Amino acid sequence: MANLKDLKNRIASVKSTRKITKAMQMVAAAKLRRAQEAAENARPYAERFNAVLGQLAASVAGSGSAPRLLAGTGEDKVHLLVVMTAERGLCGGFNANIAKLAKTHAQSLKAAGKTVKIITVGKKGRDNLRRDFGDLFVSHVDLSAVKSLGYANAQDIAKDVLTRFDADEFDVATIFYSKFVNVVTQIPTAQQIIPAAYETEADADSGAVYDYEPSEEEILADLLPRGVATQIFTALLENNASFNGSQMSAMDNATRNAGDMIDKLTIQYNRSRQAVITNELIEIISGAEAL
Amino acid sequence: MADNMKFDLVSPERSLVSGEVSSVQIPGADGDLTAMQGHAALITTLRPGLLSISGPAGDDSYVVSGGFAEINADGVTVLAERALHQKEMTQDLYNDWVAEAKAAHANAAGDAVDGAAKLLADMVAMGGHIGLDPNQANL
Repeated sequence: MANLKDLKNRIASVKSTRKITKAMQMVAAAKLRRAQEAAENARPYAERFNAVLGQLAASVAGSGSAPRLLAGTGEDKVHLLVVMTAERGLCGGFNANIAKLAKTHAQSLKAAGKTVKIITVGKKGRDNLRRDFGDLFVSHVDLSAVKSLGYANAQDIAKDVLTRFDADEFDVATIFYSKFVNVVTQIPTAQQIIPAAYETEADADSGAVYDYEPSEEEILADLLPRGVATQIFTALLENNASFNGSQMSAMDNATRNAGDMIDKLTIQYNRSRQAVITNELIEIISGAEAL
Repeated sequence: MADNMKFDLVSPERSLVSGEVSSVQIPGADGDLTAMQGHAALITTLRPGLLSISGPAGDDSYVVSGGFAEINADGVTVLAERALHQKEMTQDLYNDWVAEAKAAHANAAGDAVDGAAKLLADMVAMGGHIGLDPNQANL
């Protein structure tokens, strides 16, 4: 019977889909472990760096000689949004969530009469934002060829952003990425990187008074651009971990759903087979009775 | 010499050294300095160069570039944008760094020219220091 064969084919096809999603889940889990490790390795640098910058920023803040990267251009007209997403999909709401946050942000800025410019990192975010904000794109960073994220990748993005800042193309820059909490929770986050908002250290008593070599201003001028790169690097790593976590749980769900589907189809298959047999029996019996 | 202090060498991607040392020679932007236990609190930016440590575990040197060093009562923390063990530094890698510094110098404008020139000179000097040929990078 054709119906039975169809069912059989469907079961086979769902089974192979389940194999694929299962494999993807395991790959994502392995990558997640690596991504988390990378994020953890980068943490001491970023923490120390931000602490020192915070300290420096606090000491310069009052003097009025703060560099532009810290104090801003003095205006608030043009906003640059750096939207970081993944190069690939099949990861649940990961890309969509970041894009959504960026969208609401962009819309409220536009409503407030500001000019918005967008740099996208990763193909998915670009596709997602193209329809509404395609005319606002100023640049795109393609990371699809990058196997393991290095600091150099962050430096390239930072360089692009800083060149634009020096050319007075924008006043405020914000990065959008997903903060990794755990496999099921990733928080889409917006973080302003220019002008830099460093947490000034509250425990002023901890620090001995530092000598600076060269002067505080010069150190700050040297470190602030690096700070931008550091923040972008942290964001990239967090994003990468989030992506893999998100993909892992999405694929886990898909695998489970495929399993449920196979169970249902198998029951249906068995029922129809039973119906066919019963039918045949009835035919034989009624044939025998007729004799 | 007997007093040891804590020393950390960290790059954005990993932590290279974390342990006790007796002295660290740091290539500061305004000149080399050696930090030992009890050094005055100081923050200095780094120029490309060789960072040498000596301690109970023996002497060691690392190639660093960009970043800063923080010296305080707890010890020394060096945050280098790029840091490698001297043994890992190859001519190819060095060529890349020099080429990058050259490109930066060529593209620099205004106030940045001096900085880029200094960076390039420091790069070249570092090559001489660790036995790599800066001229090969011209190829």
